[in-house]
Amino acid sequence: MDTYSLLRQIADSWVLLAMFTFFLGVGVWAFLPSQSAARKDASMIPFRNHDGADTPAVDQKGQNNG
Amino acid sequence: MDYIKLILLGIVTLVAAMAASWAHDLAYQVHAMLIMVIAFGMFIWVLRQTDEIKPEPQDGIYSDGVIRAGVIATAFWGIAGFLVGTFIAFQLAFPELNFDWGQPFTNFGRLRPLHTSAVIFAFGGNALIATSFYVVQRTSGVKLWGGNAAWFVFWGYQLFIVLAATGYLLGATQSKEYAEPEWYVDIWLTIVWLAYLAVFLGTIYMRRERHIYVANWFFLSFIITVAMLHVINNLSIPVSFWGSKSVQVFSGVQDAMTQWWYGHNAVGFFLTAGFLGMMYYFVPKQAGRPVYSYKLSIIHFWALIFLYIWAGPHHLHYTALPDWASTLGMVFSIILWMPSWGGMINGLMTLQGAWDKLRTDPIMRMFVLSLGFYGMSTFEGPMMSIRAVNSLSHYTDWTIGHVHSGALGWNGMITFACIYFLTPKLWGRKQMYSMSAINWHFWLATLGIVLYAASMWVTGIMEGLMWREVDDQGFLVNSFADTVSAKFPMYVVRGLGGVLFLSGALVMVWNMWMTIRGAKPATATLPHATPAE
Repeated sequence: MDTYSLLRQIADSWVLLAMFTFFLGVGVWAFLPSQSAARKDASMIPFRNHDGADTPAVDQKGQNNG
Repeated sequence: MDYIKLILLGIVTLVAAMAASWAHDLAYQVHAMLIMVIAFGMFIWVLRQTDEIKPEPQDGIYSDGVIRAGVIATAFWGIAGFLVGTFIAFQLAFPELNFDWGQPFTNFGRLRPLHTSAVIFAFGGNALIATSFYVVQRTSGVKLWGGNAAWFVFWGYQLFIVLAATGYLLGATQSKEYAEPEWYVDIWLTIVWLAYLAVFLGTIYMRRERHIYVANWFFLSFIITVAMLHVINNLSIPVSFWGSKSVQVFSGVQDAMTQWWYGHNAVGFFLTAGFLGMMYYFVPKQAGRPVYSYKLSIIHFWALIFLYIWAGPHHLHYTALPDWASTLGMVFSIILWMPSWGGMINGLMTLQGAWDKLRTDPIMRMFVLSLGFYGMSTFEGPMMSIRAVNSLSHYTDWTIGHVHSGALGWNGMITFACIYFLTPKLWGRKQMYSMSAINWHFWLATLGIVLYAASMWVTGIMEGLMWREVDDQGFLVNSFADTVSAKFPMYVVRGLGGVLFLSGALVMVWNMWMTIRGAKPATATLPHATPAE
Protein backbone atom coordinates (compact mmCIF):
# COMPACT_ATOMS: atom_id res chain seq x y z
CA MET A 1 0.00 0.00 0.00
CA ASP A 2 1.33 3.46 -0.82
CA THR A 3 2.02 5.96 1.94
CA TYR A 4 -1.04 8.07 1.17
CA SER A 5 -3.51 5.17 1.42
CA LEU A 6 -1.85 3.82 4.54
CA LEU A 7 -1.94 7.16 6.35
CA ARG A 8 -5.45 7.82 5.12
CA GLN A 9 -6.63 4.47 6.51
CA ILE A 10 -5.02 5.03 9.89
CA ALA A 11 -6.43 8.55 10.08
CA ASP A 12 -9.88 7.30 9.12
CA SER A 13 -10.02 4.60 11.74
CA TRP A 14 -7.92 4.43 14.89
CA VAL A 15 -6.71 8.01 14.98
CA LEU A 16 -10.24 9.28 14.46
CA LEU A 17 -11.50 7.01 17.22
CA ALA A 18 -8.69 8.03 19.57
CA MET A 19 -9.26 11.73 19.03
CA PHE A 20 -12.99 11.44 19.44
CA THR A 21 -12.56 9.41 22.65
CA PHE A 22 -10.14 12.01 23.97
CA PHE A 23 -12.63 14.77 23.19
CA LEU A 24 -15.47 12.92 24.97
CA GLY A 25 -13.12 12.32 27.88
CA VAL A 26 -12.42 16.03 28.14
CA GLY A 27 -16.14 16.73 28.15
CA VAL A 28 -16.70 14.28 30.98
CA TRP A 29 -13.66 15.56 32.87
CA ALA A 30 -14.82 19.17 32.61
CA PHE A 31 -18.14 18.33 34.23
CA LEU A 32 -16.96 15.77 36.83
CA PRO A 33 -18.65 16.72 40.11
CA SER A 34 -15.41 15.95 41.99
CA GLN A 35 -13.64 18.64 39.94
CA SER A 36 -16.22 21.28 40.71
CA ALA A 37 -14.17 22.94 43.46
CA ALA A 38 -11.13 23.03 41.20
CA ARG A 39 -13.15 24.78 38.47
CA LYS A 40 -14.43 27.35 40.95
CA ASP A 41 -10.93 27.91 42.24
CA ALA A 42 -9.48 28.33 38.75
CA SER A 43 -12.19 30.75 37.68
CA MET A 44 -11.18 33.11 40.52
CA ILE A 45 -7.52 33.33 39.44
CA PRO A 46 -7.91 36.71 37.66
CA PHE A 47 -9.04 38.25 40.94
CA ARG A 48 -6.01 37.09 42.90
CA ASN A 49 -2.39 38.19 42.61
CA HIS A 50 -3.36 41.81 43.02
CA ASP A 51 -0.59 44.28 43.12
CA GLY A 52 0.03 47.91 43.95
CA ALA A 53 -0.83 49.47 40.64
CA ASP A 54 -3.70 47.14 39.87
CA THR A 55 -6.89 48.95 40.83
CA PRO A 56 -9.52 46.40 41.78
CA ALA A 57 -12.63 45.97 39.63
CA VAL A 58 -14.35 49.06 38.33
CA ASP A 59 -17.22 48.99 40.81
CA GLN A 60 -14.82 50.08 43.56
CA LYS A 61 -13.94 53.26 41.70
CA GLY A 62 -14.11 55.33 44.86
CA GLN A 63 -11.04 53.87 46.52
CA ASN A 64 -7.90 54.03 44.49
CA ASN A 65 -5.03 52.06 45.93
CA GLY A 66 -2.72 52.84 43.02
CA MET B 1 28.69 37.23 27.64
CA ASP B 2 29.20 40.70 26.13
CA TYR B 3 32.17 39.39 24.15
CA ILE B 4 30.07 36.63 22.59
CA LYS B 5 27.41 39.21 21.71
CA LEU B 6 30.04 41.45 20.14
CA ILE B 7 31.45 38.62 18.03
CA LEU B 8 27.98 37.58 16.86
CA LEU B 9 26.90 41.13 16.04
CA GLY B 10 30.17 41.68 14.20
CA ILE B 11 29.60 38.59 12.07
CA VAL B 12 26.00 39.61 11.34
CA THR B 13 27.13 43.10 10.29
CA LEU B 14 29.80 41.62 8.02
CA VAL B 15 27.48 39.08 6.37
CA ALA B 16 24.79 41.74 5.92
CA ALA B 17 27.32 44.02 4.26
CA MET B 18 28.33 41.23 1.88
CA ALA B 19 24.64 40.48 1.22
CA ALA B 20 23.98 44.14 0.45
CA SER B 21 26.80 44.12 -2.05
CA TRP B 22 25.98 40.83 -3.77
CA ALA B 23 22.18 41.13 -3.61
CA HIS B 24 20.27 39.86 -6.64
CA ASP B 25 17.25 42.09 -6.09
CA LEU B 26 16.26 45.43 -4.60
CA ALA B 27 14.20 44.11 -1.65
CA TYR B 28 17.00 41.85 -0.51
CA GLN B 29 19.53 44.66 -0.83
CA VAL B 30 17.45 47.11 1.21
CA HIS B 31 16.87 44.46 3.88
CA ALA B 32 20.55 43.58 4.03
CA MET B 33 21.46 47.23 4.53
CA LEU B 34 18.76 47.59 7.19
CA ILE B 35 20.09 44.57 9.08
CA MET B 36 23.65 45.82 8.68
CA VAL B 37 22.77 49.20 10.20
CA ILE B 38 20.79 47.64 13.08
CA ALA B 39 23.49 45.07 13.86
CA PHE B 40 26.21 47.72 13.75
CA GLY B 41 24.21 50.04 15.99
CA MET B 42 23.73 47.20 18.50
CA PHE B 43 27.43 46.39 18.26
CA ILE B 44 28.34 49.94 19.30
CA TRP B 45 25.74 49.87 22.04
CA VAL B 46 26.99 46.59 23.49
CA LEU B 47 30.58 47.76 23.16
CA ARG B 48 29.93 50.89 25.21
CA GLN B 49 28.43 48.78 28.00
CA THR B 50 31.09 46.10 28.04
CA ASP B 51 32.90 45.75 31.36
CA GLU B 52 30.71 48.47 32.89
CA ILE B 53 28.74 47.86 36.05
CA LYS B 54 25.19 47.05 35.06
CA PRO B 55 22.20 48.12 37.14
CA GLU B 56 20.65 45.25 39.09
CA PRO B 57 17.42 44.01 37.52
CA GLN B 58 14.47 45.00 39.67
CA ASP B 59 13.17 42.08 41.66
CA GLY B 60 9.73 41.56 43.06
CA ILE B 61 7.79 43.41 40.36
CA TYR B 62 6.02 42.24 37.21
CA SER B 63 7.89 42.76 33.93
CA ASP B 64 5.57 45.42 32.55
CA GLY B 65 8.02 47.46 30.47
CA VAL B 66 7.66 45.20 27.46
CA ILE B 67 3.87 45.35 27.80
CA ARG B 68 3.94 49.15 27.81
CA ALA B 69 5.98 49.04 24.62
CA GLY B 70 3.55 46.49 23.18
CA VAL B 71 0.50 48.65 23.91
CA ILE B 72 2.10 51.64 22.16
CA ALA B 73 3.22 49.48 19.22
CA THR B 74 -0.31 48.08 18.91
CA ALA B 75 -1.77 51.57 18.61
CA PHE B 76 0.95 52.69 16.18
CA TRP B 77 0.59 49.73 13.81
CA GLY B 78 -3.18 49.93 14.13
CA ILE B 79 -3.19 53.47 12.76
CA ALA B 80 -0.71 52.51 10.01
CA GLY B 81 -2.77 49.46 8.98
CA PHE B 82 -6.15 51.26 9.07
CA LEU B 83 -4.69 54.17 7.08
CA VAL B 84 -3.36 51.92 4.33
CA GLY B 85 -6.65 49.99 4.36
CA THR B 86 -8.68 53.16 3.91
CA PHE B 87 -6.37 54.32 1.14
CA ILE B 88 -6.60 51.09 -0.84
CA ALA B 89 -10.39 51.10 -0.38
CA PHE B 90 -10.40 54.44 -2.20
CA GLN B 91 -7.92 53.10 -4.76
CA LEU B 92 -10.56 50.51 -5.68
CA ALA B 93 -13.22 53.20 -6.02
CA PHE B 94 -10.94 55.71 -7.77
CA PRO B 95 -8.15 53.91 -9.69
CA GLU B 96 -6.42 57.28 -10.34
CA LEU B 97 -5.12 56.93 -6.78
CA ASN B 98 -2.64 54.39 -8.15
CA PHE B 99 -0.41 57.41 -8.83
CA ASP B 100 1.88 57.17 -11.82
CA TRP B 101 4.81 58.62 -9.90
CA GLY B 102 4.49 55.93 -7.24
CA GLN B 103 4.68 52.91 -9.55
CA PRO B 104 5.23 50.12 -8.94
CA PHE B 105 5.65 50.62 -5.18
CA THR B 106 2.29 52.12 -4.27
CA ASN B 107 -0.11 50.25 -6.51
CA PHE B 108 -3.03 48.34 -5.04
CA GLY B 109 -1.39 44.97 -5.51
CA ARG B 110 1.56 45.87 -3.30
CA LEU B 111 -0.33 47.92 -0.74
CA ARG B 112 -2.98 45.28 -0.10
CA PRO B 113 -0.66 42.72 1.56
CA LEU B 114 0.87 45.65 3.45
CA HIS B 115 -2.60 46.42 4.82
CA THR B 116 -3.51 42.82 5.70
CA SER B 117 -0.19 42.09 7.37
CA ALA B 118 -0.17 45.44 9.19
CA VAL B 119 -3.59 44.91 10.73
CA ILE B 120 -3.37 41.16 11.40
CA PHE B 121 0.27 40.64 12.34
CA ALA B 122 1.42 44.11 13.39
CA PHE B 123 -1.71 45.43 15.15
CA GLY B 124 -3.19 42.07 16.16
CA GLY B 125 0.16 40.39 16.82
CA ASN B 126 1.45 43.16 19.07
CA ALA B 127 -1.86 43.18 20.91
CA LEU B 128 -1.60 39.41 21.41
CA ILE B 129 2.02 39.51 22.61
CA ALA B 130 1.35 42.40 25.00
CA THR B 131 -1.86 40.99 26.47
CA SER B 132 -0.53 37.44 26.71
CA PHE B 133 2.52 38.70 28.64
CA TYR B 134 0.22 40.70 30.92
CA VAL B 135 -2.26 37.88 31.47
CA VAL B 136 0.27 35.09 31.98
CA GLN B 137 2.04 37.09 34.70
CA ARG B 138 -1.15 38.06 36.53
CA THR B 139 -2.67 34.61 36.38
CA SER B 140 0.56 32.85 37.33
CA GLY B 141 1.61 35.25 40.06
CA VAL B 142 5.19 35.44 38.76
CA LYS B 143 7.14 37.75 36.49
CA LEU B 144 8.03 36.79 32.92
CA TRP B 145 10.54 34.00 32.62
CA GLY B 146 13.78 34.59 30.77
CA GLY B 147 14.62 38.17 31.73
CA ASN B 148 15.31 40.17 28.59
CA ALA B 149 14.06 37.41 26.27
CA ALA B 150 10.68 39.16 26.32
CA TRP B 151 12.35 42.30 24.94
CA PHE B 152 13.99 40.17 22.25
CA VAL B 153 10.53 38.90 21.32
CA PHE B 154 9.16 42.44 21.14
CA TRP B 155 11.94 44.00 19.08
CA GLY B 156 12.44 40.87 16.97
CA TYR B 157 8.76 40.96 16.10
CA GLN B 158 8.94 44.65 15.13
CA LEU B 159 11.89 43.84 12.87
CA PHE B 160 9.85 41.06 11.27
CA ILE B 161 7.04 43.54 10.59
CA VAL B 162 9.38 46.12 9.06
CA LEU B 163 11.08 43.49 6.86
CA ALA B 164 7.73 42.09 5.73
CA ALA B 165 6.18 45.49 5.02
CA THR B 166 9.13 46.95 3.11
CA GLY B 167 9.51 43.65 1.26
CA TYR B 168 5.95 43.88 -0.11
CA LEU B 169 6.49 47.42 -1.37
CA LEU B 170 9.76 46.44 -3.04
CA GLY B 171 8.23 43.36 -4.63
CA ALA B 172 9.48 40.48 -2.46
CA THR B 173 6.55 38.12 -1.96
CA GLN B 174 5.94 34.39 -2.18
CA SER B 175 2.31 35.11 -3.14
CA LYS B 176 0.72 33.15 -0.29
CA GLU B 177 -2.20 34.90 1.36
CA TYR B 178 -1.25 36.06 4.89
CA ALA B 179 2.15 34.36 4.41
CA GLU B 180 3.70 36.66 1.83
CA PRO B 181 7.13 37.26 3.44
CA GLU B 182 10.05 35.55 1.75
CA TRP B 183 12.27 32.84 3.21
CA TYR B 184 14.73 34.84 5.34
CA VAL B 185 11.91 36.82 6.95
CA ASP B 186 10.13 33.52 7.67
CA ILE B 187 13.24 32.09 9.32
CA TRP B 188 13.62 35.20 11.47
CA LEU B 189 9.99 35.01 12.56
CA THR B 190 10.47 31.34 13.48
CA ILE B 191 13.35 32.27 15.80
CA VAL B 192 11.37 35.10 17.41
CA TRP B 193 8.31 32.91 17.78
CA LEU B 194 10.23 30.10 19.50
CA ALA B 195 11.61 32.68 21.94
CA TYR B 196 8.01 33.83 22.54
CA LEU B 197 6.97 30.23 23.23
CA ALA B 198 9.90 29.79 25.62
CA VAL B 199 9.05 32.95 27.59
CA PHE B 200 5.38 32.02 27.79
CA LEU B 201 5.92 28.37 28.72
CA GLY B 202 8.68 29.28 31.17
CA THR B 203 6.36 31.68 32.96
CA ILE B 204 3.60 29.09 33.17
CA TYR B 205 6.08 26.55 34.46
CA MET B 206 7.22 28.88 37.26
CA ARG B 207 3.66 29.76 38.28
CA ARG B 208 2.52 30.07 41.88
CA GLU B 209 -1.07 29.17 41.07
CA ARG B 210 -2.12 25.54 41.15
CA HIS B 211 -4.17 25.73 37.94
CA ILE B 212 -3.29 27.16 34.57
CA TYR B 213 -6.02 29.72 33.93
CA VAL B 214 -8.06 29.05 30.78
CA ALA B 215 -6.90 32.26 29.06
CA ASN B 216 -3.38 30.84 29.10
CA TRP B 217 -4.59 27.66 27.40
CA PHE B 218 -5.91 29.74 24.52
CA PHE B 219 -2.73 31.82 24.33
CA LEU B 220 -0.55 28.72 24.43
CA SER B 221 -2.52 26.92 21.73
CA PHE B 222 -2.26 30.06 19.60
CA ILE B 223 1.52 30.22 20.00
CA ILE B 224 2.13 26.52 19.35
CA THR B 225 -0.26 26.18 16.42
CA VAL B 226 0.98 29.34 14.71
CA ALA B 227 4.53 28.00 14.99
CA MET B 228 3.48 24.73 13.36
CA LEU B 229 1.41 26.38 10.60
CA HIS B 230 4.08 28.94 9.83
CA VAL B 231 6.88 26.42 9.46
CA ILE B 232 4.94 23.96 7.30
CA ASN B 233 3.35 26.53 5.01
CA ASN B 234 6.69 28.25 4.44
CA LEU B 235 8.72 25.19 3.45
CA SER B 236 10.61 26.66 0.55
CA ILE B 237 14.08 26.59 -0.96
CA PRO B 238 15.77 29.90 -1.73
CA VAL B 239 17.04 30.23 -5.28
CA SER B 240 20.16 31.89 -3.95
CA PHE B 241 21.41 32.82 -0.49
CA TRP B 242 21.91 36.35 -1.84
CA GLY B 243 18.40 36.87 -3.16
CA SER B 244 14.84 37.01 -1.82
CA LYS B 245 13.26 34.62 -4.33
CA SER B 246 12.40 31.11 -3.15
CA VAL B 247 10.57 28.09 -4.55
CA GLN B 248 7.87 26.23 -2.64
CA VAL B 249 8.48 22.59 -1.74
CA PHE B 250 4.82 21.66 -2.33
CA SER B 251 3.21 22.29 -5.67
CA GLY B 252 -0.22 22.30 -7.26
CA VAL B 253 -3.21 21.23 -5.21
CA GLN B 254 -1.02 20.11 -2.30
CA ASP B 255 0.40 23.61 -2.11
CA ALA B 256 -3.08 25.13 -2.30
CA MET B 257 -4.36 22.85 0.46
CA THR B 258 -1.35 23.57 2.70
CA GLN B 259 -1.83 27.29 2.10
CA TRP B 260 -5.48 27.26 3.14
CA TRP B 261 -4.87 24.87 5.99
CA TYR B 262 -2.48 27.62 7.11
CA GLY B 263 -4.76 30.47 6.03
CA HIS B 264 -7.85 29.35 7.84
CA ASN B 265 -5.97 28.44 10.98
CA ALA B 266 -4.34 31.86 10.93
CA VAL B 267 -7.93 32.99 11.40
CA GLY B 268 -8.71 30.16 13.82
CA PHE B 269 -5.69 30.36 16.07
CA PHE B 270 -4.21 33.82 15.55
CA LEU B 271 -7.42 35.83 15.29
CA THR B 272 -9.68 33.54 17.33
CA ALA B 273 -7.87 31.43 19.94
CA GLY B 274 -5.41 34.18 20.86
CA PHE B 275 -8.11 36.83 21.13
CA LEU B 276 -10.29 34.46 23.13
CA GLY B 277 -7.40 34.36 25.57
CA MET B 278 -7.87 38.11 25.95
CA MET B 279 -11.61 37.65 26.30
CA TYR B 280 -11.34 35.07 29.11
CA TYR B 281 -9.18 37.38 31.20
CA PHE B 282 -10.25 40.95 30.45
CA VAL B 283 -14.03 40.47 30.24
CA PRO B 284 -14.22 38.93 33.75
CA LYS B 285 -11.82 41.62 35.01
CA GLN B 286 -13.82 44.48 33.55
CA ALA B 287 -17.13 42.98 34.69
CA GLY B 288 -15.68 42.35 38.15
CA ARG B 289 -16.96 38.78 38.25
CA PRO B 290 -15.61 35.37 37.20
CA VAL B 291 -16.41 33.87 33.82
CA TYR B 292 -20.00 32.56 33.57
CA SER B 293 -19.02 28.89 33.30
CA TYR B 294 -15.48 27.67 33.65
CA LYS B 295 -16.61 24.19 32.57
CA LEU B 296 -18.01 25.58 29.36
CA SER B 297 -14.72 27.35 28.72
CA ILE B 298 -12.93 23.98 28.85
CA ILE B 299 -15.34 22.52 26.30
CA HIS B 300 -15.00 25.70 24.22
CA PHE B 301 -11.23 25.31 24.20
CA TRP B 302 -11.02 21.66 23.23
CA ALA B 303 -13.81 21.88 20.67
CA LEU B 304 -12.08 24.78 18.90
CA ILE B 305 -8.75 22.95 18.94
CA PHE B 306 -10.23 19.78 17.52
CA LEU B 307 -12.43 21.39 14.88
CA TYR B 308 -10.66 24.46 13.52
CA ILE B 309 -7.69 22.59 12.13
CA TRP B 310 -9.93 20.75 9.62
CA ALA B 311 -11.89 23.73 8.30
CA GLY B 312 -9.37 25.03 5.76
CA PRO B 313 -10.59 23.16 2.62
CA HIS B 314 -13.75 25.30 2.47
CA HIS B 315 -11.53 27.95 0.83
CA LEU B 316 -11.08 25.58 -2.11
CA HIS B 317 -14.62 24.57 -3.13
CA TYR B 318 -14.98 23.83 -6.84
CA THR B 319 -11.24 23.56 -7.40
CA ALA B 320 -8.87 20.67 -8.14
CA LEU B 321 -9.15 19.68 -4.48
CA PRO B 322 -10.89 16.29 -4.13
CA ASP B 323 -14.57 16.51 -3.19
CA TRP B 324 -14.13 14.50 0.00
CA ALA B 325 -11.62 17.06 1.29
CA SER B 326 -13.81 20.04 0.54
CA THR B 327 -16.82 18.27 2.08
CA LEU B 328 -14.74 17.53 5.17
CA GLY B 329 -13.81 21.19 5.43
CA MET B 330 -17.41 22.25 5.02
CA VAL B 331 -18.73 19.84 7.65
CA PHE B 332 -16.16 20.84 10.23
CA SER B 333 -16.82 24.50 9.52
CA ILE B 334 -20.49 24.02 10.23
CA ILE B 335 -19.84 22.06 13.44
CA LEU B 336 -17.58 24.93 14.53
CA TRP B 337 -20.58 27.19 14.84
CA MET B 338 -21.59 25.48 18.10
CA PRO B 339 -18.41 25.89 20.20
CA SER B 340 -18.03 29.41 18.82
CA TRP B 341 -21.44 30.41 20.07
CA GLY B 342 -20.82 28.55 23.30
CA GLY B 343 -17.81 30.77 23.83
CA MET B 344 -19.73 33.90 22.92
CA ILE B 345 -22.53 33.02 25.32
CA ASN B 346 -19.97 32.27 28.02
CA GLY B 347 -18.47 35.72 27.55
CA LEU B 348 -21.77 37.56 27.41
CA MET B 349 -23.29 35.74 30.39
CA THR B 350 -20.29 36.78 32.47
CA LEU B 351 -22.15 40.07 32.67
CA GLN B 352 -25.07 38.39 34.42
CA GLY B 353 -25.95 40.63 37.33
CA ALA B 354 -23.78 43.40 35.94
CA TRP B 355 -25.71 44.29 32.81
CA ASP B 356 -26.07 47.86 34.10
CA LYS B 357 -22.36 48.29 33.30
CA LEU B 358 -23.34 48.40 29.63
CA ARG B 359 -24.93 51.76 30.32
CA THR B 360 -22.18 53.21 32.47
CA ASP B 361 -18.98 51.64 31.23
CA PRO B 362 -17.95 52.28 27.59
CA ILE B 363 -15.10 49.74 27.86
CA MET B 364 -17.57 47.02 28.83
CA ARG B 365 -19.72 48.06 25.91
CA MET B 366 -16.75 47.52 23.57
CA PHE B 367 -16.18 44.05 24.97
CA VAL B 368 -19.83 43.17 24.48
CA LEU B 369 -19.90 44.54 20.94
CA SER B 370 -16.79 42.57 20.07
CA LEU B 371 -18.43 39.40 21.38
CA GLY B 372 -21.49 40.25 19.33
CA PHE B 373 -19.36 40.47 16.20
CA TYR B 374 -17.58 37.26 17.17
CA GLY B 375 -20.98 35.58 17.25
CA MET B 376 -22.07 37.15 14.00
CA SER B 377 -18.98 36.25 12.01
CA THR B 378 -18.83 32.73 13.43
CA PHE B 379 -22.35 32.25 12.13
CA GLU B 380 -21.69 33.90 8.78
CA GLY B 381 -18.48 31.88 8.25
CA PRO B 382 -20.02 28.40 8.57
CA MET B 383 -22.89 29.52 6.37
CA MET B 384 -20.50 30.74 3.66
CA SER B 385 -18.55 27.48 3.85
CA ILE B 386 -21.58 25.54 2.61
CA ARG B 387 -20.80 24.65 -0.99
CA ALA B 388 -24.02 26.04 -2.45
CA VAL B 389 -23.68 29.36 -0.62
CA ASN B 390 -20.00 29.48 -1.47
CA SER B 391 -20.78 29.18 -5.18
CA LEU B 392 -22.45 32.56 -4.86
CA SER B 393 -20.16 34.21 -2.32
CA HIS B 394 -16.71 33.04 -3.33
CA TYR B 395 -14.41 35.52 -5.09
CA THR B 396 -16.93 38.30 -4.37
CA ASP B 397 -16.77 41.19 -1.90
CA TRP B 398 -19.01 39.26 0.47
CA THR B 399 -15.87 37.44 1.60
CA ILE B 400 -14.14 40.77 2.19
CA GLY B 401 -17.13 41.96 4.20
CA HIS B 402 -17.11 38.78 6.29
CA VAL B 403 -13.42 39.10 7.05
CA HIS B 404 -13.83 42.72 8.09
CA SER B 405 -16.84 42.19 10.34
CA GLY B 406 -14.69 39.63 12.14
CA ALA B 407 -11.47 41.63 12.06
CA LEU B 408 -12.83 45.12 12.77
CA GLY B 409 -15.71 44.01 14.95
CA TRP B 410 -14.27 41.17 16.97
CA ASN B 411 -10.48 41.62 16.89
CA GLY B 412 -10.47 45.40 16.61
CA MET B 413 -13.03 46.14 19.28
CA ILE B 414 -11.63 43.68 21.84
CA THR B 415 -8.14 45.08 21.25
CA PHE B 416 -9.35 48.66 21.75
CA ALA B 417 -11.11 47.61 24.95
CA CYS B 418 -7.93 45.89 26.19
CA ILE B 419 -5.88 49.01 25.40
CA TYR B 420 -8.34 51.10 27.41
CA PHE B 421 -8.06 48.58 30.25
CA LEU B 422 -4.26 48.36 30.19
CA THR B 423 -3.13 51.93 29.50
CA PRO B 424 -4.23 53.46 32.84
CA LYS B 425 -2.98 50.43 34.77
CA LEU B 426 0.45 50.37 33.15
CA TRP B 427 1.02 54.08 33.65
CA GLY B 428 -0.45 54.28 37.14
CA ARG B 429 -3.58 56.28 36.27
CA LYS B 430 -6.98 55.62 37.73
CA GLN B 431 -8.66 55.57 34.32
CA MET B 432 -8.30 56.89 30.80
CA TYR B 433 -7.96 60.66 30.40
CA SER B 434 -11.36 60.97 28.76
CA MET B 435 -14.19 58.47 29.20
CA SER B 436 -16.40 60.32 26.72
CA ALA B 437 -13.70 59.95 24.08
CA ILE B 438 -13.99 56.17 24.53
CA ASN B 439 -17.67 56.59 23.87
CA TRP B 440 -16.92 58.55 20.71
CA HIS B 441 -14.50 55.88 19.61
CA PHE B 442 -17.12 53.22 20.23
CA TRP B 443 -19.72 54.90 18.04
CA LEU B 444 -17.35 55.96 15.27
CA ALA B 445 -15.96 52.43 15.01
CA THR B 446 -19.39 50.80 15.17
CA LEU B 447 -20.81 53.04 12.48
CA GLY B 448 -17.71 52.43 10.35
CA ILE B 449 -18.12 48.65 10.61
CA VAL B 450 -21.82 48.83 9.82
CA LEU B 451 -21.15 50.87 6.66
CA TYR B 452 -18.34 48.52 5.69
CA ALA B 453 -20.18 45.24 6.24
CA ALA B 454 -23.48 46.40 4.76
CA SER B 455 -21.92 47.79 1.57
CA MET B 456 -19.89 44.62 1.10
CA TRP B 457 -22.95 42.41 1.52
CA VAL B 458 -24.80 44.38 -1.12
CA THR B 459 -21.94 44.54 -3.56
CA GLY B 460 -20.85 40.95 -2.95
CA ILE B 461 -24.25 39.38 -3.52
CA MET B 462 -24.91 41.67 -6.47
CA GLU B 463 -21.58 40.72 -7.99
CA GLY B 464 -22.18 37.00 -7.43
CA LEU B 465 -25.62 37.20 -9.03
CA MET B 466 -24.32 39.22 -11.99
CA TRP B 467 -21.54 36.72 -12.64
CA ARG B 468 -23.93 33.78 -12.85
CA GLU B 469 -26.70 35.51 -14.81
CA VAL B 470 -27.31 33.84 -18.19
CA ASP B 471 -29.79 34.72 -20.92
CA ASP B 472 -32.26 32.30 -22.52
CA GLN B 473 -29.57 31.22 -24.99
CA GLY B 474 -27.26 30.25 -22.12
CA PHE B 475 -24.83 33.12 -22.66
CA LEU B 476 -23.44 35.14 -19.76
CA VAL B 477 -25.25 38.47 -19.54
CA ASN B 478 -22.58 40.56 -17.79
CA SER B 479 -18.93 41.10 -18.47
CA PHE B 480 -16.54 41.44 -15.55
CA ALA B 481 -16.23 45.18 -16.17
CA ASP B 482 -20.01 45.53 -15.83
CA THR B 483 -19.81 44.30 -12.24
CA VAL B 484 -16.93 46.65 -11.51
CA SER B 485 -18.84 49.73 -12.61
CA ALA B 486 -21.98 48.56 -10.79
CA LYS B 487 -20.00 48.31 -7.55
CA PHE B 488 -18.77 51.91 -7.55
CA PRO B 489 -21.27 53.45 -5.08
CA MET B 490 -20.73 50.61 -2.59
CA TYR B 491 -16.97 51.05 -2.84
CA VAL B 492 -17.34 54.70 -1.87
CA VAL B 493 -19.53 53.75 1.10
CA ARG B 494 -16.96 51.15 2.15
CA GLY B 495 -14.21 53.76 1.97
CA LEU B 496 -16.26 56.11 4.17
CA GLY B 497 -16.73 53.28 6.67
CA GLY B 498 -12.96 52.96 6.76
CA VAL B 499 -12.61 56.71 7.38
CA LEU B 500 -14.96 56.46 10.37
CA PHE B 501 -13.13 53.45 11.80
CA LEU B 502 -9.79 55.21 11.36
CA SER B 503 -11.05 58.40 13.02
CA GLY B 504 -12.23 56.36 15.99
CA ALA B 505 -8.75 54.89 16.32
CA LEU B 506 -7.23 58.39 16.11
CA VAL B 507 -9.47 59.47 18.98
CA MET B 508 -8.09 56.50 20.92
CA VAL B 509 -4.49 57.50 20.22
CA TRP B 510 -5.19 61.06 21.41
CA ASN B 511 -6.79 59.63 24.57
CA MET B 512 -3.78 57.37 25.16
CA TRP B 513 -1.42 60.29 24.63
CA MET B 514 -3.25 62.41 27.19
CA THR B 515 -3.33 59.50 29.67
CA ILE B 516 0.34 58.64 29.34
CA ARG B 517 1.63 62.23 29.14
CA GLY B 518 3.38 63.16 32.35
CA ALA B 519 2.70 59.76 33.91
CA LYS B 520 5.46 57.57 35.25
CA PRO B 521 5.53 53.86 34.36
CA ALA B 522 3.74 52.04 37.16
CA THR B 523 5.52 49.31 39.05
CA ALA B 524 3.39 46.42 40.18
CA THR B 525 4.72 44.25 42.99
CA LEU B 526 4.54 40.49 42.77
CA PRO B 527 2.22 38.70 45.14
CA HIS B 528 3.67 36.35 47.73
CA ALA B 529 1.20 33.55 47.33
CA THR B 530 2.06 30.11 48.63
CA PRO B 531 3.75 28.12 45.88
CA ALA B 532 1.87 25.27 44.27
CA GLU B 533 2.79 21.90 45.70
